[in-house]
Amino acid sequence: MNRRIRLPNQPLVRHLILAVLAGLGFWLLTSNLGSFRDFEIGEIATYAIVVAGLSVLTGVNGQISLGHGAFMAIGAYTFAYLQMHSSMPLVVELIAAVAAAAVLGLIVGIPATRLKGPYLAGMTLILALGIPQLADKYNSVFGGDQGLTTLPPNPPGSVDPQRWLSWIEILGALIVMVLLANLLRSRFGRSMRAVRDNEIAASLAGIHVPRTKVLAFVVSAGCAGLAGAFLGLSTGIVNTGEFALTLSIYLLAGMVLGGAGTLVGAWWGGVVLVFLPQWSSSLSKDFSLGSSASANLAVVIYGLVLIVVMMLAPGGIQGGIRWLGQRLASRGGRGTSRPTPVATGAGSSQEPDTGALATSNTERTSP
Amino acid sequence: MTQFFDLTLNGISAGMIYAAVALGLVLIWRATRIVNFAQGSMAMFTTYMAVALLDRKVGYWLAFVCALLIGLVMGALVEVVLIKPLQGKPELNPVIVTLGLLILLEGVIGSIFGVQNRGFPAAFSQSGLTVGSTQISFSHFDVFILVAVLVLMLAILVLFRGTNVGLRMRAAAFAPESARLAGVRVNRVLVLGWALAALAGSLAGLLVAPTAAFSPNYMDLILVYAFTAAVVGGLDSPLGGLIGGLLTGLALSYVGGYLGSSLEPLGAAAILIVVLMIRPEGIFSRTAARRV
Repeated sequence: MNRRIRLPNQPLVRHLILAVLAGLGFWLLTSNLGSFRDFEIGEIATYAIVVAGLSVLTGVNGQISLGHGAFMAIGAYTFAYLQMHSSMPLVVELIAAVAAAAVLGLIVGIPATRLKGPYLAGMTLILALGIPQLADKYNSVFGGDQGLTTLPPNPPGSVDPQRWLSWIEILGALIVMVLLANLLRSRFGRSMRAVRDNEIAASLAGIHVPRTKVLAFVVSAGCAGLAGAFLGLSTGIVNTGEFALTLSIYLLAGMVLGGAGTLVGAWWGGVVLVFLPQWSSSLSKDFSLGSSASANLAVVIYGLVLIVVMMLAPGGIQGGIRWLGQRLASRGGRGTSRPTPVATGAGSSQEPDTGALATSNTERTSP
Repeated sequence: MTQFFDLTLNGISAGMIYAAVALGLVLIWRATRIVNFAQGSMAMFTTYMAVALLDRKVGYWLAFVCALLIGLVMGALVEVVLIKPLQGKPELNPVIVTLGLLILLEGVIGSIFGVQNRGFPAAFSQSGLTVGSTQISFSHFDVFILVAVLVLMLAILVLFRGTNVGLRMRAAAFAPESARLAGVRVNRVLVLGWALAALAGSLAGLLVAPTAAFSPNYMDLILVYAFTAAVVGGLDSPLGGLIGGLLTGLALSYVGGYLGSSLEPLGAAAILIVVLMIRPEGIFSRTAARRV
């Protein structure tokens, strides 16, 4: 009966195999689609990177950030600044973007170790509003409203430039996914979950709670920095308008809808973030809404998504898929009662990891 | 020196606005241990309702009172529809739901009224008062802001300290289970708390609209400044919210005046971080350290 192909048990090998398979899939997909579809797939990969980072921070470690748009802005501006003022290879510029965002993550993460839930949310909310204003303040460096421009990378041979860029973004996303997947399966990943579930218990078990929380922030911010650089590359321009507060909240919506705490959910989130604006604009055409209504329909939908998903299905899309999978597995596998690990896509950890946002009853702290 | 004086006056007037929004945050935090991130956008919503009435040639004061009442009803509705079902869920869930409400309301108002800046009338003259022979940067309208927020604070204080309802509210916030056993209908009291909080927010929204760049997201920054103010004051104490609001208003006014207004949000972040690192329970809170 058991003809199922087993992936190797070693996390690194297993995640690499899944990433290579996913990469092949993306390669086939982009090779057969037009330039605009390639652009969209690259955008999905870009958003998947930042949503995955946010998901690790919020879903796995239990720290919320409303400021990931600001981390993206730091990455994007660093990248664009280096592109304009130096001639380093692309990889170095991307790494610099990651590093700059990670440093800000460190700066934010250190006070964050002493803040809980709503306090942390409030502090990161201020950053989301405040950091982009720095670009206005120092507009001689950051270009003010016009912002900075980026140069698309030169493709080798006769590859379509857009396709080449998408490949770079997809490759970046897959590398990030493999690294994050390994991280989640490591000692550090277990520490993050333990800290999320109960800080006191975690520290009694010998986990350095502040260090774990700061590291989670650094990793998450680094992901956002890379995504910010990619976003700057694919739009060709980096300006403050792109990194408004709404971006941070949309990222949160993408994470919540995709499924907080899962890496596959991050890809769902990327799909939502890329296609929701398109769906909403075609929707407003269908209903022939006025110009201000159609410009704001996406905002309304994001708001509804956050509320409805949080109230009714905190596990998001990936949580729903898992639930379905488990239902099917428990029905089909009644004869052979073997604990089947639910197969998930490109390198996710297998524990149902929506702890920070789950529906479980936790005791309300009374004053 | 004149600049310092003017900035101080501006800071007081802005601080009263932050205090009113902070009062709303504090009322909700005391009752439900939730920071309502939609506090600002709910106020924005009711202020736009006032705009709709003013556009239909309704008088200013009638529109003002209607907006406050809409705020009252809206606060109660939000508690019943969105917040009650979240009781007992992890603390991140209400954060995300109120953020969803924040952009939902901004999107709805943006689709009806557009996102461009528009004007909002002030009840009184906004040109500075003349003291002796010099004009100071404090107008009749600033006096109105000061008086209106102080009246609101006093009314809430009287409600809490002097009435049966207020006693129930305090009991429900302090010990929900015991209060329930003692016959307090805790759920109703929570609804009332949210309604009053939204009323306070609406007042702030109406008061700040004439001086702010009035558009659907004009309350975003005010919300985070009010959050800073509430944290400075301890999130638990209405009086702390007032003092925190004034301190935050003054500090940010100086930051804006001397360093540039685009640094104000980071100034607020700095205040928040310093206060939370030194005294996480706020400067004016009498309660013990937060429970883990």
